[in-house]
Amino acid sequence: MSLIIQIENLSKSYWRDSMEIPVLHNLNLEVERGGFLSLMGPSGSGKTTLLNLIAGIDRPSSGKVIVNDSDISKMGESALAKWRAINIGFVFQFYNLIPVLTAYENVELPLILTKLSRKERKKHVETALSIVGLEDRMHHSPRQLSGGQEQRVAIARAIVADPLILVADEPTGDLDKNSADEILTLMKRLNSEFDKTIIIVTHDPHAARIAKIVHQLDKGELIIK
Amino acid sequence: MKIFKLLLKNSLRHKLRTFLTILGIAIAVIAFNVLRTVVTAWSVGVEASSANRLITRQAISFIFTLPYAYRDKIAQVQGVEEVTFANWFQGVYIDKNQFFARLAVDPETLFRVYPEYLISEDELATFKKERNSCVIGIDIAKKYDLKIGDVMNIDGDIYPGNWDFVVKGIYHPRDKTTDATQMFFHWTYLDERIKQDMPGRDGEVGWYTIKISDPSKAAAVSEQIDKLFKNSMAETKTETERAFQQGFLQSTSSIITSMNVISFVIIGIIMLVLGNTMIMAARERTREYAVFKTLGFSARHLVGLIMGESLIISAIGGGLGLALTFPIIAAFAEFIPKGWFPIFEIETITIVFSVTAALMIGILASIFPIQKALRTKIVDGFRFVG
Ligand SMILES: Nc1ncnc2c1ncn2[C@@H]1O[C@H](COP(=O)(O)OP(=O)(O)OP(=O)(O)O)[C@@H](O)[C@H]1O
Ligand SMILES: [Mg+2]
Repeated sequence: MSLIIQIENLSKSYWRDSMEIPVLHNLNLEVERGGFLSLMGPSGSGKTTLLNLIAGIDRPSSGKVIVNDSDISKMGESALAKWRAINIGFVFQFYNLIPVLTAYENVELPLILTKLSRKERKKHVETALSIVGLEDRMHHSPRQLSGGQEQRVAIARAIVADPLILVADEPTGDLDKNSADEILTLMKRLNSEFDKTIIIVTHDPHAARIAKIVHQLDKGELIIK
Repeated sequence: MKIFKLLLKNSLRHKLRTFLTILGIAIAVIAFNVLRTVVTAWSVGVEASSANRLITRQAISFIFTLPYAYRDKIAQVQGVEEVTFANWFQGVYIDKNQFFARLAVDPETLFRVYPEYLISEDELATFKKERNSCVIGIDIAKKYDLKIGDVMNIDGDIYPGNWDFVVKGIYHPRDKTTDATQMFFHWTYLDERIKQDMPGRDGEVGWYTIKISDPSKAAAVSEQIDKLFKNSMAETKTETERAFQQGFLQSTSSIITSMNVISFVIIGIIMLVLGNTMIMAARERTREYAVFKTLGFSARHLVGLIMGESLIISAIGGGLGLALTFPIIAAFAEFIPKGWFPIFEIETITIVFSVTAALMIGILASIFPIQKALRTKIVDGFRFVG
């Protein structure tokens, strides 16, 4: 199996005023195409930071992040934005739907950047919404949905442009157990049925268990299990 | 879904806030337009004044009169084409609030010196013939519903007594800026009565208006005239009609200047109002902008999103303000006594300016929030707590 993510000697520090806050040190990681990786670890250990670096919404201080054969740490800002639109789907803990848009419109957002026609966009949005089982809630606004439903809309938005990789930062962190299970089942299906490479950050051991591989992060160092 | 729909939905997110901002812009645009209109109406008198007319008045003050005998002397000065004269009669017509110019004039020469007052030959001939007749501007005729043959009864104040004038002519303005709110009657009619009632005050003229053949010689002719009466009982001061009008404006110029300044201060205030709204809106949406960026939306998109919303609000506010400006200016024009301003209309340039300003402000108000949104890193955007 080929590698979709290769991380070499990755370090990341944040700067607050003139204080350096080191977060990741010389981290190495490989993820196979079609893999399902779960990142666990105590709060502040750098899980979100690592995920953001893989997804290309943050920049490493040093080291390489090679995703699907391109070194994204070398890309310019707008090239990286285009790259993200094609390659990455995001799921956040707090859904981050645009409150003034309906479920349908939220899912359609990433497609606005593509050359797809209105009709094609409609087809894609409806497919994505049916995968997450919300085709009947298309015209609801986020406020009219439950947390679990909102997260499913967010997942539909993450997969609508058919990215290679899905990253999820504590996607069940704000949900009750039933809703969380639904989300996890959905993730599993996206991995097995649709071949998405998935990286999920979670505190929930149950959530971690559905992943094929679990990595533990502690004080910026990976402990591979 | 189109981006425009998102813009609209965004601007309606806080309906009350948006409504108040729009209202603020609308009121500011109205205030700006009304102030500008007052300012321009004020200076229109200067623009309307003719370059080839001189006004000779008493050197010390406008309120003192000049001897009628000056007329012939002035007429002999080289470069003088025609001399006419007038007295400020004033008086009370109907009640004290009916303010318009009522002047005793020389019917023979008045309309030759003021070709912008258009009157038919028949009416002018009758006016010249009948001693107690008067001519009024069309605006006055309309306002008081006066027709040929009607009698205007005026209570004299400067020249006491009860005066009746029969309307024998109605003049029309030649230009937009021509004052059509005056009333003229025979100077001789006034003078004869004064000779009887107040001997000693007869033979007096308020001011002379002189038509000259060559406007470039205005200064020389003026000097010539004033020299004639040097060291006499009533020295004169002669200047062009324009300078005269400007001098009259000078007394009110500080008011005009402050109105001018205020009208531009208002523009600044709208900018602060809208800027504040946009900064609040953009701040609340910090996380959303991070989402947009994450999804691959570029700086261009964010600029469009923020500036678009700002422009929608400023355009609606500006449009509303402009739409309301017309009825409000019209109401003002009704309310202001006729004769204060020859014309009281909003100028095209004012409209263009206020609309442009509203749109410019829409753009300017979005610059700071745009900068902030673009500068915020995605990861910081997600960590942002309102
Ligand atoms: N944008 C940032 N600016 C400054 N410091 C940051 C930033 N992002 C993260 N940090 C710091 O880096 C460290 C790791 O943060 P990170 O969010 O990656 O942890 P985490 O493992 O996701 O924790 P949690 O489980 O609480 O989400 C923390 O000390 C955090 O304060
Ligand atoms: Mg985290």
